[in-house]
Formats: sequence, structure tokens, C-alpha cells
Amino acid sequence: MTVVAIICGVMLVTAAILALIRAERGPSMLDRTVALDVFVTTLVGGIVLESALSGRLDTLPILIVLSLVGFVGSVTIARFAAVEPEGEGRVRTLEEIAQEEAARAEADAEHPILDEPRDLIEPKDPKGSEHTTTIGSIPQAAKAVQDITGPKEER
Amino acid sequence: MSWTTLADVAAGFCLIAGSFLALAAGVGVLRFPDLLARMHAGTKPQVLGLILLLTGEALRVRNMQVLGMLVLIIVFQLLTAPVAAHMVGRAGYRTGKVRNDLLVVDELTEDHFRAPEKPVRCEDDHGLDNPARKDKRDVEAPPA
Repeated sequence: MTVVAIICGVMLVTAAILALIRAERGPSMLDRTVALDVFVTTLVGGIVLESALSGRLDTLPILIVLSLVGFVGSVTIARFAAVEPEGEGRVRTLEEIAQEEAARAEADAEHPILDEPRDLIEPKDPKGSEHTTTIGSIPQAAKAVQDITGPKEER
Repeated sequence: MSWTTLADVAAGFCLIAGSFLALAAGVGVLRFPDLLARMHAGTKPQVLGLILLLTGEALRVRNMQVLGMLVLIIVFQLLTAPVAAHMVGRAGYRTGKVRNDLLVVDELTEDHFRAPEKPVRCEDDHGLDNPARKDKRDVEAPPA
């Protein structure tokens, strides 16, 4: 039985590594889904192998959970995340990341975000606070409202 | 040679066969050229490989309650694997991840071209296969 364990273990570990390589390379999200399905299946195989060799039975509910979770994951990805923009479905290289970081730093140097102090604290009581503005307090907005509804009637 | 030894030997063969299917799936998923071929490779251990592995487990443990749980696992897998594969394949076809030059028979595309006109779908947005129409009002209005 030890020979069987060694053979099966080597094959399962190899399968898991190959599936992970495809999940890393995979040009699209769906390729990664398929690869991760294979990975989950090899995981189930490993748990079954361990259970069969040692005689443990408490790991069997994990198999049910794994099969159901793998199903939900692949269906979700196929349903909602299959459409992705061109070039998004790959891991960027270090040079590209460095270029993007440089471009972002340059943009920050040109247009600093925090060049003027801003009030970032949201008022807790909008009615009693001076931060809130109604439409009537802004001249342009009041004029636009008057253009739509006609001149304001005095009562 | 008692029957328990025989069951152990059979369990060993089943476990090795199931692991070999998993290995074949790993190689196929890595080496095959496009999405449908990778799905084809990945399906092998999901059904037959799992059945073989669980048969080996059942032959090794020889317990009726465990047998029930193993049958439950197989039933779950048989119910969920086709649904997931169907949805992955359909999403791959509709987002253009299926390579036409590798297909021998492509009846779905032929049917697309043979269909007289696109069916009018007026339901709400249900996701990828039935997106919300931009010109919904034009479709519902009767032709003058």
C-alpha cells in the first residue's frame, strides 16, 4: 500500500502543479477557471488518498464542500466575469508595472491631489451644519431652477 | 488470500487509475491550445477519476455509512460538473475564446448564420447571455 501511496501522491502533486501553471499563464479568465477546477479535483483526490491510506473518515465532508464550492465558483466566473477588456487577463511584467508607477508619479507631480486643504470630514448632522448647501444658496443653480420653473412667485 | 487482501489490491488499482486521470488532466490543461480542448482535458478526473478514487476509498474502508457519503459526493459531482462546464463553454463561445480554425464541426455558428433574424428579447437584463437592450423602446414600438 505504501507503493500505491507514493505513486498516487506523485501523480496528484504533478497534476496540481501543472494546473497551477495553467492558472498562472491562462490567457483568459475562463482558462483559469478550468485550471482551478482541475486543481480542486486533485485536492479532492489527495484528501481521498489520505483517507484511504490512514483510514480516517472525518475528512469526507470536506469533499462535499469542495465539490459544491468549485461549482459555485466556476459558474459565477462564467456568468459575470467572462467579459474582460483586451489585455486585462494577464499578469503584468515588472517593467510595465514600473512604467505605470512612473507615469502615475509624474501625473501626481504635475497635478498634486492635496494642493489645497480640503474638508474631508463628513458632517454628521446635515441640517444643522454649515457644510450643506441648498439649491437656493447657489446663484447659478437658483437661476437654472428659475429658468425651468418660471419666475418665483412672491406670496 | 482472503477477500480483504483482494479488496485492498483492487482499491490500490482504482486509486492509481484515478490519480493517473488527474495527471492526464493536468498535462492536458497545460498543453492544449484553446479553451474547449482544456475543458475536455479537465473533465476527465472530475467524473471518472473521482468515481475511481472514491471506489478505491470504499473498497479500502468497507463501511456502509461511508459508502452512502461517497455516493452522495459522486451524485453532487455528476449534477454540478455538466452545469459548470456548460456555462464556461457558453461564456467562452460568446466572448470569442473558441478558436474556429481548430474546430472540425461548428454547428452553432452555422445555425447563427442560418437563423433568419435575431430573436427579439424584451426581458430584463439577465447577465451575459441576455444583456439589456439599448434600443428597447424602438423594439416595443409597432412599425408605422
